[in-house]
Amino acid sequence: MDLVNIFIRSAFVDNMIFAFFFGMCSYLAVSKTVKTAFGLGMAVIFVLVVTIPINFLIENYVLKEGALSWLGEEFSSINLSYLTFIMFIAVIASTVQLVEMIVEKISPALYGALGIFLPLIAVNCAILGGALFMQEKQFATISQATVYGLGSGVGWFIAVVLIAAIRERIRYANIPGPLRGVGMAFLITGLMGLAFLGFMGFEI
Amino acid sequence: MAETTEVLEEKKIKVKEREPLFSKKNKKLISDPLDENNPITIQVLGICSALAVTVQMKAAVVMSVAVLFVLILANVSISLIRNLIPNRIRIIVQLVVVAALVIVVDQVLKAYLFDVSKELSVFVGLIITNCIIMGRLEAFALGNKPWPSALDAIGNSLGYGMVLVIVSFFKELFGSGKLFGFEIFGNATEQTGLYAMGYMDNGLMLLPPSSLIIVAVYIWVQKIRNPSLIESN
Repeated sequence: MDLVNIFIRSAFVDNMIFAFFFGMCSYLAVSKTVKTAFGLGMAVIFVLVVTIPINFLIENYVLKEGALSWLGEEFSSINLSYLTFIMFIAVIASTVQLVEMIVEKISPALYGALGIFLPLIAVNCAILGGALFMQEKQFATISQATVYGLGSGVGWFIAVVLIAAIRERIRYANIPGPLRGVGMAFLITGLMGLAFLGFMGFEI
Repeated sequence: MAETTEVLEEKKIKVKEREPLFSKKNKKLISDPLDENNPITIQVLGICSALAVTVQMKAAVVMSVAVLFVLILANVSISLIRNLIPNRIRIIVQLVVVAALVIVVDQVLKAYLFDVSKELSVFVGLIITNCIIMGRLEAFALGNKPWPSALDAIGNSLGYGMVLVIVSFFKELFGSGKLFGFEIFGNATEQTGLYAMGYMDNGLMLLPPSSLIIVAVYIWVQKIRNPSLIESN
């Protein structure tokens, strides 16, 4: 039940796009057609589910104050938390590279679908943002952290596919000139964000 | 022999043609991002942090200064080593440089402006993946000399800061009746000033979606003033 709650919270209530604007740049860039949006959305879910547990382990066994105590008594007072950013981004960048290679080897079809998007993801704020929020929320177990990653990814996926569908529909609408393109995308996202506010305080 | 002298002469000519520090081209590097090539509204970069930290003007200003600092140093240092970076691993090199700078910013904020740093929370860390920084590094610093790169960094972070300050101005003024924490419209709980006449804060302004709508209106106004920017759908 706890895990279900974490999932729902991260996917709908604290939706990455509508509540925190994580990954807005790629969100606006790929949301012109549903197909590319779907591809990038899947890639984000995939990378989040892989990187968040790894970052969770790094946080708890390397970075936190006293996290190094498994090495021996004398290490128990070391606090490496100032290295958080560089560790997390290194993990994310290398995981993305690794995932790209593994996917290419195991499933060429999936690679064909995600291929061009995977390298882009290393610099998507949704991934680093997810890792930093994971750190802030202080999850107790690795399964909670993984479910959090899955939920955030699914939330991002839903948001990007929804807006891509809307943008495909309004392509032939008569929008006032100055609002065409980015302006309208912002406006739509704002309105969708208002709709998603309805999930606030939602719990099972 | 003749060839070398020719080359030398060519070099001399090149040296003579060195442009002044603030030539027309260099000035354009600063002024362009403020309006017709604004990083947020036109290039659509760095929106995540721009929208999330705009509830209060103080946080927005601190965030802009942090981005200014990181972007200038990152642009200059990447531009200095641009010929040494192997093309294949350039993203990782850029990420490491930026991450190191962001750690400095984060520690300084934690030491001297703890309340603001608490409020910015994860968004200081997210400067690393702020698309403005990666975008400018990729698009400009990798192909240009340090001095133009520094100017480009200043221009782009000022353009970014400008949008942040404008959005947070409206959000803070209409959302909580304050600017930089000073009560402009009077005190809401004690019912003084405008509040005595029945004015009420707009709670929607404090919620995330309102910043998207404000930016959309900003883009709208900007493109009405400068129709050449209008997209063809």
